[in-house]
Amino acid sequence: MSKPKFVHVTYIASTPEKVWQALTDSKITAQYWFGYSLQSDWKVGSTFTAKKGEGKPVDHGIILESHLPRRLAYTWSPQYEQFKNERPSRVTFTLAPFRDQVQLTVVHDDFDKGSKVFESINGGWSKALSSLKSWLETGKGLEPSWSENMKKVREAMRA
Amino acid sequence: MIDIGQFKPKTVYVIYIASAPEKIWQTLTDRKLSKQYFHGNSVEIEPRAGEKFIARLPDGRVNVSGKVVEWSPPHRLSTTWTVEWISEMRELPECLVSYDIEPAGDCVRLTLTEAYRWDVPEAMLAGGRMGWPAILSSFKSTLETGKPLIIKMDRRRR
Repeated sequence: MSKPKFVHVTYIASTPEKVWQALTDSKITAQYWFGYSLQSDWKVGSTFTAKKGEGKPVDHGIILESHLPRRLAYTWSPQYEQFKNERPSRVTFTLAPFRDQVQLTVVHDDFDKGSKVFESINGGWSKALSSLKSWLETGKGLEPSWSENMKKVREAMRA
Repeated sequence: MIDIGQFKPKTVYVIYIASAPEKIWQTLTDRKLSKQYFHGNSVEIEPRAGEKFIARLPDGRVNVSGKVVEWSPPHRLSTTWTVEWISEMRELPECLVSYDIEPAGDCVRLTLTEAYRWDVPEAMLAGGRMGWPAILSSFKSTLETGKPLIIKMDRRRR
């Protein structure tokens, strides 16, 4: 059995610089990424946090690679109770330009076998990346049932 | 009729689109609209189970042929799928391609599933795994912005 690995490819009518900015600017991430601000100086070895408004971070990690505007990688440690025994996994964004578009590949890997984090991420990435594409192409992020998801997350946090 | 229970999903791609299920259905099944996002292929499909489905290349040759397995607008479209234009692939067992369309908040979740009833080698899945993200990214742009993406694919199978 190979180790769990999630791969999602999407094509966006944009430039690598704009996609990079959308991935790293806390004001922009809040508009398409479940409302979360991702904050960091995005230098290798620095930390990042993802949080909503002044709330507690729901995720944090360490920047592993930062080659503007082609490749960004960081560790991923969701701060929910049910994941507290797992070591950090890894997220890598690769931005490849093609004419007037960008091929954005997200690989989320370095999970242990049977990882609960792995089971939880598939739906989230499809939503966040669909919303990112809409934000860049139309100026509007998507809101695919955030509220229902957030209810589940809040229940999980209280548990 | 084929037994769809024999087909196991091998490639699944999920994308969220700011649109309505009916518009997504129409765009998936309309000959002219399909040309915009499907690398110039036109989808020719008869609107009931058991009937013919063809994806035709811009030069008129048949790219993909199959049969409609499920026609449930605007929720589920499922067809068998045989790649005709590559002679080595023509002889392989058909696969099953399904689109599931579900409302999700203020947008729609479109799930593409490519399923097989034989032990298909991973290398053979590479074409679809490269192709679907491009087709469906362009599909989403067509619906949201009116502008499809022109994405050049390496046509050689790896």
